[in-house]
This record gives sequence, structure tokens and C-alpha cells, in this order.
Amino acid sequence: MQKLFGTLAKTASTLAAAAMVAGGLNAAAAAEDTIKVGVLHSLSGTMAISETTLKDTMLFLIDEQNKKGGVLGKKLEAVVVDPASNWPLFAEKAKELIAQDKVSVVFGCWTSVSRKSVLPVFKELNSILFYPVQYEGEESERNVFYTGAAPNQQAIPAVDYLMKEEGVKRWVLAGTDYVYPRTTNKILEAYLKAKGVAADDIMINYTPFGHSDWQTIVSDIKKFGSAGKKTAVVSTINGDANVPFYKELGNQGVKATDIPVVAFSVGEEELAGIDTKPLVGHLAAWNYFQSIDTPENKAFIEKWQAYTKNPKRVTNDPMEAHVIGFAMWVKAVEKAGTIDPDKVIDALPGTEAPNLTGGTSVMLSNHHITKPVFIGEVNETGQFDVVWKTDGLVPGDAWSDFLDGSKDLDSDWVKLKCGNYNTKTKKCGGQAS
Amino acid sequence: MILALLRRVAPIVLIAFVAIAGPVRAEPVDDALALFATDKFDDTQKGVEELAKSGHPGTADILTALAGGKLFFNPADRMIFYRDASGTLRDARYGAPSTVDAATLKTVRLNNRLRRVVEASLGSADLISPDPGKRIGAAEAIFKSRDQAALPSLDTALANEKDTRVKQAMEVARAAIIVTFPGASDADKIAAVDKIASRADQEAAALLRSLPADTPEAVKTHAEGAVTTIEHKLALWAALQNVAYGISLGSVLLLAAVGLAITFGQMGVINMAHGEMVMIGAYTTFVVQQVIAAYAPGLSEGSLLIAIPLAFLVAGAIGVAIERCVIRFLYGRPLETLLATWGISLILQQTIRSIFGPTNQPVSAPSWMSGAFDVGGISLTYSRVAIVVFSLMVFFALLLVLRRTSLGLQVRAVTQNRRMAAAMGIRTDWIDAMTFGLGSGVAGIAGVALSQIDNVSPNLGQGYIIDSFMVVVFGGVGNLWGTLVGAMTLGIANKFLEPYAGAVLGKILLLVAIILFIQKRPRGLFALKGRAVEA
Repeated sequence: MQKLFGTLAKTASTLAAAAMVAGGLNAAAAAEDTIKVGVLHSLSGTMAISETTLKDTMLFLIDEQNKKGGVLGKKLEAVVVDPASNWPLFAEKAKELIAQDKVSVVFGCWTSVSRKSVLPVFKELNSILFYPVQYEGEESERNVFYTGAAPNQQAIPAVDYLMKEEGVKRWVLAGTDYVYPRTTNKILEAYLKAKGVAADDIMINYTPFGHSDWQTIVSDIKKFGSAGKKTAVVSTINGDANVPFYKELGNQGVKATDIPVVAFSVGEEELAGIDTKPLVGHLAAWNYFQSIDTPENKAFIEKWQAYTKNPKRVTNDPMEAHVIGFAMWVKAVEKAGTIDPDKVIDALPGTEAPNLTGGTSVMLSNHHITKPVFIGEVNETGQFDVVWKTDGLVPGDAWSDFLDGSKDLDSDWVKLKCGNYNTKTKKCGGQAS
Repeated sequence: MILALLRRVAPIVLIAFVAIAGPVRAEPVDDALALFATDKFDDTQKGVEELAKSGHPGTADILTALAGGKLFFNPADRMIFYRDASGTLRDARYGAPSTVDAATLKTVRLNNRLRRVVEASLGSADLISPDPGKRIGAAEAIFKSRDQAALPSLDTALANEKDTRVKQAMEVARAAIIVTFPGASDADKIAAVDKIASRADQEAAALLRSLPADTPEAVKTHAEGAVTTIEHKLALWAALQNVAYGISLGSVLLLAAVGLAITFGQMGVINMAHGEMVMIGAYTTFVVQQVIAAYAPGLSEGSLLIAIPLAFLVAGAIGVAIERCVIRFLYGRPLETLLATWGISLILQQTIRSIFGPTNQPVSAPSWMSGAFDVGGISLTYSRVAIVVFSLMVFFALLLVLRRTSLGLQVRAVTQNRRMAAAMGIRTDWIDAMTFGLGSGVAGIAGVALSQIDNVSPNLGQGYIIDSFMVVVFGGVGNLWGTLVGAMTLGIANKFLEPYAGAVLGKILLLVAIILFIQKRPRGLFALKGRAVEA
């Protein structure tokens, strides 16, 4: 009997060992056959509303690339993790992706604070991050490629449009209380003052995340707007707080013809949750709109809706940023002939990729890209009608020209090998205030 | 025979003649319409102006269609069409119904500048509309645009006007033109200033403040005096407005907190999943609206009323399930309850996210709940007023249930002395489940109301949980009246702080104030007294 048990145990352990070896071999074989791409977007928590779509976009893009035969003759494999809208968890998950899963590139993050949280990890482990969201600028890192808009690719053109086309003289800068709105508003305030707008004609207002009672603020805006000068609201209000804000505007009868609101964080996805009839005419500034009528965009939307099996699924600006970023990464890897991060980082500047609006975006030496800027008006179907666009593509500027301490800084990872080169002191490492 | 032939041929000849004559006799209206087909905002604006000048009989119809996004052009032959109120596609030149394929047409686009131009042009046309609401709207549009070209038509309309409200609006609009009219005498202008000042609102003050530089001195000083009077009045209204907004915010807090006043106040369960019950109520509303839209579109105006009992049942049932499966094992262990209910809240959030997706779901408002009305200088929105009324109804209904029903009696008995209640033959554990279900169900009802003013997303509940606890603790644990007074006090205090301190700092100040208050009165505003408390 004892013997039988012994044999059984032996057999079992042998089997287990064999299974382990086989599994290990399989894993090893898989690792050699595929290139892993990390996707670092929150699938739960507050940011899931925006970031889940980007995860789906990455899976879609990887799927499409694999249909074309992958990269360097290998299939791509997506590794999806969920940092759950928890900023420290972003850093942990990034470490897990790079060190444990050995991904060759990561596409991810939405909020600036999550990007700041993963920066040290990408620097330490020397990997590549593609960041797809419009942000406040004032940053340029060797390991990060910024495919979203810098302030000069979104905020400044929007303000210019309002000044010229709508004749706006009085400005409300309304934002959610965190780093992106505060920095953007600082830049805008400096820009408006440089354009001769008096301090009395600028009202700045911050609200907490998820603010839902807008009665007082909307009535303040109404009051501010009734001083006899054309008034506009520049909104950096983030995420969920937008819906009650727009509802309150509609309810209190603030029409776009009286006080237009131009938003930097409201896209097709955010409008999907509201009745847009009272909002017709309010504006948004982006580098992409779903309504833009180009063959590239039409084909993309068709494929995307087929992939998600939802004929009503909308597309938005950060999605396009991932499309461009992913295409650039594929090209750079093919050019470098390897997935070695140093070589890919060197190959990326100068890489071109078609964007969905009919132009060709280029990765610049400061790790930002060139993009067209569009101003769109909300229409009744929850889409945007483009009312204005820049003549050509605008190169992204990492360091704003309108802030003290930042205007002397330059970023060039090709010649200077520096993200914050001070043109006055001729030294790398000039810190912005 | 010849006659018959002639009869047959004549129409053809006539049509041929019209077809040739049409393009040859290029009238101003043709030029104007051609400008709509270029798909450029500047051209469209010129088109609107030319069309208004041309005196074409269909002008008002075309401009109304343009304002409503129902004016189309055919990119191939540059013909213009519009869709009238009944949905028929008509040719813009002759107004005849057209059979052109709507799919080939493109909408003439508008931007804000154009919308203002169209509104101003339409303004004069609407002045003689049979609908008094439209006539007031037209007068408002003229008041805003101060378009001097509108003065003759305004005068004609004014002479024929019988409705006093419309007449008042038209007179004010006329005054707005006169005050900047170069030909008007100083006396007329001063009278106009008084007329404008009679509106006594922001717009009037704005207009009087922004008089052009060449206005005579006497008129200017008179206007300044009028502005000061208006501003005094407005300051008074602003204070009243803060109270009104405060009550409105307070009613939202009350709705969110009143369920918690049962589960936390009566039962002492620190229920972190309370916000998720609110969220589930909101999602129930969404599902009800979807089902109604799919199967019984006629009921859509009453969808909220149908959603209220359903939200109560759904959230209540989930509440009972939570109590039976988790909380009943944890009575008397507040720390474990807190952690367990927090875990449940995460599970519920992620479940909803998996079922409905992470994005906001659209919950539409019935038409009687959208829009605003003015009471003196305050503008109140119907949805907010409805929520104030609704929250009070829920509150008093709950009070009635607790005071006047046998369930309420048993709930109070179990809260006050569990053992004695059990000895009297009350099934205490069943009462626990029912009480928890009642609290959760009320939270679900709150979700129906909150779906009107907030996002219906899986995170909906998180925004209210802290505020709800604040209200219940501040008002006094175990006392429903305390919850009412607490909610209203916090709402009004918040609204008075907000204009001065800003939304962020205002909230912080309020939190500090409550902490200090709790130090002084640990049991809140309305403390329960008696043996039950000491036990």
C-alpha cells in the first residue's frame, strides 16, 4: 500500500514537473514569437469612463497590425493591466509591465498625475511610454512620447478663434482643481494679458472633481457676462463634472449665441450622456473630430464600429492620438530593426504617420508631434461641426512661450539630448518654476 | 383637334418657358440663394442679408429652416431646399414640394456669429407672428441686437399690439434702439433709459453700462443713476437667490441622506454602500426609459413616475439581500461593517460597469422638467424646483411610515430596545432586514431624482456618500427632523460661502465648521435623549 502511494506520488510529481517544463517552454516559445505591447489604462474607478475606450482602441490597433502580419515578422501581443484610477498603482503596474511582462512599449495614462507617477519607472527601467491625451505641457522626457496636444495645439488657438471670430473681450477660465487646468489657465491668463486683456475682464474659477451643483457658478458667469462686453467661457472642467455643468447652462438659458463655452476636455464620448439640444453652438477645440469628412476617418470609424460590434460607438481625439502613436512606433521599430528601447527612441523623431484628418503628423525632436487644430460646435446629434481649422499642422511646444521660467527652455532629444535646455544659460537642466 | 393638341402642348411649352426663364431672369433672390450653396460661413452670412433685402415671400420660412438646421443644398447643382414644420422637403426658390433625394443634400452649416445674424433677421419677421411667445422672443432678439433697421417694423407691430406683456417687451426693445439712435432727442433718450431700467435685470444694467461714447452727458448721468438703482435691487435678489439655491442644494443632500438616516441613524450600520443604492436607483430609471422607448413610446413623459416605485423595489431588494447575506453577521462590529459595506460598494460599482459600460448613460428629462422661470430677479429651473418638492414628499412619506404604520412602530421598538421588542413578539431580525431594505429603497428613489441633475455613471454614488454622512451626523443620529434641518442648513451655508470662498474652499470651510460643531455637540443638532441612547 505504502509503495503504491509512493509510486502515485512519484508519478504525480513527474507529471507536474513535465507540465511545468512544457508550460515554461510554451511561454518561452511564445515570448520569442511575439512582441509584447503594454496597455496601461484604468478599467475601473473614476477614469474608467474615458480610459476604457483607449484600451479597446489599442486592442483594435494591435489586432489590425497582426492581420497585416505583425511587426518584424512577429505577432504583437497586448498585455492589459488595470491601474484602477489609483495614481500610485499606475507606477506599480508600469513596473509590472516592464520588469515582469517584458513589454517593449507601453501605451497609457490619461491624467497628468498618473503620467507623473509612472515617469520614474520608465526612466529607471528605460522603456517607452506613448501618452495620448492633451496636457498642460511643461515637460519633455526621453522615455515619453506625447501624442496628445500641448497647450499651443489646443488652448491658444481656441482663444485666438474666440477673439477673432466671436469678438470676445471678457473671459471666464473655469476648471477642475488640479494640475492640468491650473497650468493651462496660468498660460492662458499670461497670453490674454499679453494680448491686452485687463485683469478685471478675466474671471478664474476652480471646482472640485465631480462637482455637481453648478447653480451659483453658472449664475456668476451670467452676471460676469452681462457687463456689456462679449464674454466667453474657456472650460478645462474635467470628466464627469461637465454633464451637470452643461445641464445647468441649458436650464438657466445661457445660450451659445450669448456666452459661448469652449471646452478642452469635452469630446464625443462625454456628449454621449446628454441631450445636446440646449448645447448647440457651444465649442470644443481638438485635433480630431469624428465628424471630419476624410476617407481615412470614414474607413477608421467603419472598422472601429465593426470591431466593437456597436454601430453607434463614437471615436474621439485621444483615440486618434493612439492611432498616430501606434503607427509611429511600428514604423520606428521597423526602421530600427529591433525592439531595443534605446534604438527605438532614437528612431522615433522624424517618423511620419498619417493622421485621420487628411494630414501627416511628424514626431518632433522634443517628443511631441505636429497636429492640425480644429474648433467644432456641438450639434444636435452629439457630434461637432468644424467651424474653423488651422491652415497647416501645428508643431507641439513642450515649454510654453508665455510663462516666465518656461519661455527660455527648449527641448531637443536629437541634437541636444536634453528635455529642458536653457537657451539663456546654455545649460541642460534649467528648471521651470 | 387642333384645340386638343394645343391643350396638350401648352403646358409643355409653359414648363419649357419657365425652365429657360428661371435662370435667365436672375433676381436678387437667386443670387442670395446661390450664396448658401458655397459651404462657407462668410457667404452664408451675405446670403442671409441679401435674402432679407430681397423681400422674397419665403424668406421667413427659409431663415427658420436655416436656424433649425433644416436648410439644405445640393452640392451637384447648387439648388437650395428646406424642410418645413411638417417635414416636407420644399424647393427654396418657389416653395413647391420637391422630390429630390434627401440623402444627396448637405445641410447649410451655422456658427454662433451666423446664428446671431439669423436671429436678428428673423426677429422682425416674428414680430407679427400670431403666437405671443414668439412675439416676445422677437422683441427680446431686437433688444439684444439693437438693430436700428428693425425700428420701423417694431413701430408697426407696437401700434397693433394688444397683449400687455408683449407690448411691454416691445416698448423696452424700442427703448434699447432709441437710446443709441442718432436722430432721437435727449428727452426721448432719457425716457428710453427709464423704460429700460424698468426691466431691472442684468441685461438692462449691461445695456445702460455700455452706452456708446457719443451719448449726450445728460443721458449718461441719468443712465448711471438707473444702473445704481438696478444694482441695489440685484444685490438684494442675489441674497434671496443664495437662499433659493441653498434650499435646492439642501434638498439634494436631503434626498441622498434620508435613506442613510434610516440605515445609519436608526440601525447604526455604517453603510458605505449607501451611495451605490442611489446609483442603482438612477440606473433603474435609465433601464425604465429604455424599455419605455422601445415598447411604449407614448409613456415617455411619465417614465420618471414609473421609475420611482421600481427604483424603490430594486434598491430595496438589493438592500435586503445585503442585510441578510452580510450585515446581519456583523451587528455590533462597526469596523468590520464599514469594511464589508465598502467592499460591497466596489463590487456593485464594478458590476454596473461590466453590465452597462463605464460611460455615462443618457437619462432624458420629461419636457415639463426642463427650462427655467423667473421669480423677480431669480431664475429657478423647473428640475430643481421639482426636486425640492419631491425630496420633501419623500421625507414626509418616510416620517409617516415610521410614525403611523405598524412597521414603523416595530422599527422604532427594535431601535430603542431590541431585547424588549423581541420579548414582545417582534421578529427583530426580520425587522432589521425590512428597515435596511426601506433605507436602501429610499436611496433608490433618490437616484431617480438625481439622474436628472447628475451623471448616470457607476461613480454616481461616490459623490454623495461623504455628504450624506455629514448631514446625518450634523443633524443628529436617529432623528429624521435633524436630517431635514441639517441638509437645509448645510445647503444654504454652502451657497453663501461659495461666491466668496469658491467651491473648493467653501466645502473645506464647511467641513471644518462641522468638525468643530461635533466637538461641542457630539450627538448633532437634535440629539436623542433617554435610556436608548445611553444603552
